[in-house]
Amino acid sequence: METSIIIETIVKAIVILAVFSAIAGFTTYIERKILAFMQRRLGPTNVGPYGLLQIVCDGIKLFTKEDFIPQNAVKPIFMIAPIITAATAFIAMTAVPFFPEFEVFGYTIRPIIADINVGVLFVMGVASVGLYGPLLAGMSSGNKWALLGGARTAIQLLSYEVVSGLALLAPLMLVGSLSLIDINEYQSAGFTSWIIWTQPLAFILFVMAGFAETNRTPFDLLEHEAEIVAGYATEYSGMRWGMFFIGEYANLFTISFLISLIFLGGYNDLWFIPGGLAIILKVSFLIFFFLWTRASWPHVRPDQLMWLCWKILMPLAVVNILLTGAFVMIVGSLG
Amino acid sequence: MNLEDLKNRNISERDYINIQDNSSLETPWQEFKQVFKRSIKGELFTGLKITFIMMKEALFNKQMHTVQYPAEKLPIGPRYRAVHKLLALLESGENRCIGCGLCEKICISDCIRMDTRIDENSRKEVLEYTINFGRCIFCGYCAEVCPELAIVHGGRYENAGEQRAHFVVKDDLLTPLDKLAQQQEYEGFGAVSPDADEKIKKTPLEY
Repeated sequence: METSIIIETIVKAIVILAVFSAIAGFTTYIERKILAFMQRRLGPTNVGPYGLLQIVCDGIKLFTKEDFIPQNAVKPIFMIAPIITAATAFIAMTAVPFFPEFEVFGYTIRPIIADINVGVLFVMGVASVGLYGPLLAGMSSGNKWALLGGARTAIQLLSYEVVSGLALLAPLMLVGSLSLIDINEYQSAGFTSWIIWTQPLAFILFVMAGFAETNRTPFDLLEHEAEIVAGYATEYSGMRWGMFFIGEYANLFTISFLISLIFLGGYNDLWFIPGGLAIILKVSFLIFFFLWTRASWPHVRPDQLMWLCWKILMPLAVVNILLTGAFVMIVGSLG
Repeated sequence: MNLEDLKNRNISERDYINIQDNSSLETPWQEFKQVFKRSIKGELFTGLKITFIMMKEALFNKQMHTVQYPAEKLPIGPRYRAVHKLLALLESGENRCIGCGLCEKICISDCIRMDTRIDENSRKEVLEYTINFGRCIFCGYCAEVCPELAIVHGGRYENAGEQRAHFVVKDDLLTPLDKLAQQQEYEGFGAVSPDADEKIKKTPLEY
């Protein structure tokens, strides 16, 4: 019994690692294609059918490119920083239930590596450790653009951790559990029971914080090409640079799964759509939405970003918590 | 555009919509109102709508702006001055150049060089004619002064080369004999007139 759990966990971990690394590569392709179509270009077309083999080419290039370490960089930290980003991005996935339970050859598989009862807390906690990746990368590079990127990492990721944490508190008060599986079960009564209908403000706040935390375009000040070359990743090349981006895309998927699980009904069956397919559709739409906004919206300035975080989103999140608390108290005292 | 419009064209007032006026926000309440107004206006969603329509058109109506460059090329303006061409005489296929040396003299970047001699028929003969494209700035003076229209500018704009020596090959520039029929004439002094065939008369020796 014990060994079977260990083997099962290892297999699940390897599958998740392999699948999400592959999906991260595929998402770079999808991103380039969608951005191209939105700007009336073609995107990659020359390599393979519809340019699909471009992923392979990029992979070969990343793996064989010279791994360059600048002279004045703090070498060990410079080398570790991308690993932190990639590793925390994948560790955060351990507590995320991706699909409903299913049976293979009479053996029930639960597609979650560790069903811990503080799932949300674990995911948010590990994801916030991920900020050390860009921060240390920026500070150790020995480059002023990278240093600015590192400084922006600190302000942006730390500030939006507050917003995302506070935004999640209100739905958690309704559900009464930190386990993502419990949150999913709470919405099992169908389309109308989704938390987005009772907590629309928390949904908007969490999505906005998700943009900032995964470093996606309206809020990607960490590597704002127009201002600071490539920010924290200026001095990185080859696979170290690649690991930052695998980490970024893995984070993107984690946050999309979190939004689907917490607000959009998770992997519950939706009308005639089975649960496994429903969550894939939701996550795909969210990923598309992330790319869509990247094609549409301009960057914000750092001061605008901080202003938005501390003067608008944070107070709104607190008000939302107060309202939810009052609501829960009144409903509780009545019934 | 009539004369009034021409005199009165302040583009900032005509075609553009001024989004931000200059009145500064003084009280926090005004600032709050502005923020609130902009938040519920839905400008961001208008942007999303535009990009979505763009994507729809690109995917289903094939409205792309991409030019697949090496396979497909954009047309070049007829007056574009690119790599020189040395034109040949239509009758004999010989180079039109008479070795006057004007192009060499006027060249402001000193990239044209010619060697001439007087041959046995006491005519001037061009031994060597080189244009160093590594130095040429494509000003067009050489084509302008050439009395015979022997040197003109063609439309070939892809000038990448592996060695400097590749920029000075005369054989590339002179119209090849088998392509003589396709040689395009340039109007100007020395050019063959469009009705050249009618103007040709037999010389007395032909009779």
